Amino acid sequence: MSSKVRILLPVKRVIDAALKPRINKTQTGIESAGVKFSINPFDDIAVEEAIKIKNEHKDLVESIHAVSIGPAKAQDILRIALAKGADTSTLIDVQDQEVEPLQVSKILKAVQERQNSNLIILGKQAIDDDSNQTGQMLAGLLNWPQATNASKVKINSDSTVEVEREIDGGVEVVKASLPMIITTDLRLNEPKFVTLPKMMKAKKKPLEKLKVEDLGVSIEKRLEILKLEDPPARQGGLKVGSVDELIAKLKELKAI
Amino acid sequence: MFARLAKLPVARTTSRLVRWSSNVRLTSESYPQVHRLDFGQVTPKTVDFFKSVVGDSAVITNEDDLLLYNEDQMRKYRGQSRVCVKPKNTQQVSEIVKYCNENKLALVPQGGNTGLVGGSVPVFDEIVLSLSSMDKVRSFDSTSGILKADAGLILENADNFLAENGYIFPLDLGAKGSCHIGGNVAANAGGLRLLRYGSLHGSVLGLEVVLPDGTIYDSMNALRKDNTGYDLKQLFIGSEGTLGVITGVSILCPSRPKAVNIAFLGLESYDAVQETFKRAKSELCEILSAFEFMDRQSQVQNKRFSKNTHPLAQDDPDVDVPEYPFYVLIETSGSSKEHDDAKLETFLESIMEEGIVSDGVVSQDETQLKALWNWREGISEASNMDGGVYKYDVSLPLPVMYDLIEVLRVRLDEHGLRSASDASKPVVDVVGYGHIGDGNLHVNVIVREYSKTVEKCLEPFVYQWVSDHHGSISAEHGLGFQKKNYVGYSKTDVEIALMKQIKHKFDPQGIMNPYNIIRPDPELELSEEYISSSGEANGSRFDLRASSYARSSTAVSSALSPRFLKMRKKIRPMIIEAPTAPPTAPPMMAPLFEDDFEFELPLEADADAEAEAIGVDCVT
Repeated sequence: MSSKVRILLPVKRVIDAALKPRINKTQTGIESAGVKFSINPFDDIAVEEAIKIKNEHKDLVESIHAVSIGPAKAQDILRIALAKGADTSTLIDVQDQEVEPLQVSKILKAVQERQNSNLIILGKQAIDDDSNQTGQMLAGLLNWPQATNASKVKINSDSTVEVEREIDGGVEVVKASLPMIITTDLRLNEPKFVTLPKMMKAKKKPLEKLKVEDLGVSIEKRLEILKLEDPPARQGGLKVGSVDELIAKLKELKAI
Repeated sequence: MFARLAKLPVARTTSRLVRWSSNVRLTSESYPQVHRLDFGQVTPKTVDFFKSVVGDSAVITNEDDLLLYNEDQMRKYRGQSRVCVKPKNTQQVSEIVKYCNENKLALVPQGGNTGLVGGSVPVFDEIVLSLSSMDKVRSFDSTSGILKADAGLILENADNFLAENGYIFPLDLGAKGSCHIGGNVAANAGGLRLLRYGSLHGSVLGLEVVLPDGTIYDSMNALRKDNTGYDLKQLFIGSEGTLGVITGVSILCPSRPKAVNIAFLGLESYDAVQETFKRAKSELCEILSAFEFMDRQSQVQNKRFSKNTHPLAQDDPDVDVPEYPFYVLIETSGSSKEHDDAKLETFLESIMEEGIVSDGVVSQDETQLKALWNWREGISEASNMDGGVYKYDVSLPLPVMYDLIEVLRVRLDEHGLRSASDASKPVVDVVGYGHIGDGNLHVNVIVREYSKTVEKCLEPFVYQWVSDHHGSISAEHGLGFQKKNYVGYSKTDVEIALMKQIKHKFDPQGIMNPYNIIRPDPELELSEEYISSSGEANGSRFDLRASSYARSSTAVSSALSPRFLKMRKKIRPMIIEAPTAPPTAPPMMAPLFEDDFEFELPLEADADAEAEAIGVDCVT
């Protein structure tokens, strides 16, 4: 293995995290018409971390390649990744098809092979389906070490990587050599704004467009969504006038 | 201070462990020249009557609970009301107002109490009539976009309700989480979307108002087009609670834009700000929905309290706020994201390449969008954090708009009042920001504590300066208590006389928000003397704006009370012609007249020095 680091950044286009998702009329999915889409916030953190690593280890990092699987509009988020500092990018155009985590992992494995990447940084989960599986499955397919839910990443001079993970009651530190996979948690860093000069430069950076077939992978569905439902609306509270009334109410609700 | 506290009932101190106390000075102490007018006193009988109308729980008499209603949000004014009533419907409002009118009890209608000129709090013991229990949407027509709602509906709730239906409230402002739409109408709030959707005078279709005698005026079913006689609702828009209590609002709401983008830019000069605005208007055209500017000092103040990383300083952790003297926030709203993105990108690229803008960022998602807006909207709150803030909200011609901030900094420095680091100086800094698109500048003089010295240094200097430069002394905040004496700097004799007559027509006893805007006066007539005196300085009867000095001085005198009209002859020789004034420090007009409630003096040394400089005697 060469000592250079080639980072792969899988990013997903999702409904903006600040918006309240609405279930569509047929109850099979989320209403996506006229809704604002943005980069998955955890992936945004992954991008930020990759740039940070590159800035801190200029000699070590050879390239950063961003990849997104989604509709043609996913180009927007690739442009952001490029503006932030990724060197090259690939869009795997699957139109509006839903792609399950296992399929995503297979596609990413193919991309990894094309790019010869040896460090993959991605969000621990996408905020639309909240699967939290892609990183782990990809590690399994590649048979690479994985450090999930990273809250701190440190690259050592001997090409080993130390990752801190927040666990119940403390911090766990895991260490592995490249190649490896890191999935990012919320506290890893705070993504920055993209400045205009960088945005303008990003337009000239390469954005390759591929179909799934080009990678020799086919998308198959293994899961079936039966129905999506909103959680039940919270009942309004009520004021009680006295302790006796409170006790009576609690008894009525069989709380005591 | 202690003597006063001792007079207040202290019966509850033992029974209550936590006592909500206030360190805000009573308005009557800060302004001892203001005297309580001859109104009735609130008695137990009054309270009983209110309780019989609205129920026991909707009448607040507990002194601690009343603080919320007595104090304004800037913690500058504090009234001494003994009772707050919270009616639940228009009928109850009507009964309460009628009772007050019959018993000559003064009252202050109050919405979210987010006013910035002391117009929503009592000065003495006026009854507070809070609309906060009238907070329902009455109806919404999703075809026409007409929303009908109670006046106490919180602006943000109204907007969220409309968002569900694909519409937007045509008004947005920093205090949206607390302010009421009725209060917005009463203050004729401008806010962040005015550039796009115009003023409330255009979007409000109808109002329900309880008049001072208890009569309910109802034009809620008004149409968009209705040319049958006088458009009466317009009188209540911007009336600041002096003509009646707004209880219902019918407003036309535009469709909610599907795509919103924000660009936050750093610029090297105020000229560049103006140039960017010009270019934005022509190149962004119909998608431009807000154009806000902020000076560097406002960003520094925001940074001190928000502690967030400034969007243009993220690459260098040692820099709090970059050195650009000006910042601009541009919002675009449209129906097609691709179209808007492309347009904004082309625009930003061209102004960057031409060097008009030095640096900038664009929001990539909703979270960033809100974060960027915070660097503009958060200034107001951050300005209040050092102890207090003197706020001026003025309209000025764009080319001279920012000069006011620079003139004020120089003036405060000359008086040795300003220092960002020296805590013994009362003023921290002067920050300027506002709606370039509307020619509206917000001036925040951030102080460590409110003081007469600072106030006298600022007022009426600011008003005079604004008047000299053909501006308005209140663009969107209203007159309230703070600026009521200075209406003459923006309105002519004729306008003021008409306002007094209108006030008298609606509220002959003057019970509604009595220490605000204007007192009713039936005696004033538009006599020959009025008409000729307004224009005589430049020989024209009708060109009222031609000589601002002449206009403001005579107008102020007549805005006061009839007895001072007799002084007019004495006053007129004091008029100073504008051309003799040096441009950076225009001469301050000596205080020539006394107000019904208040008597303001500029700093004495200051007034004398300036009077000397311009060769006139200072009459005090």
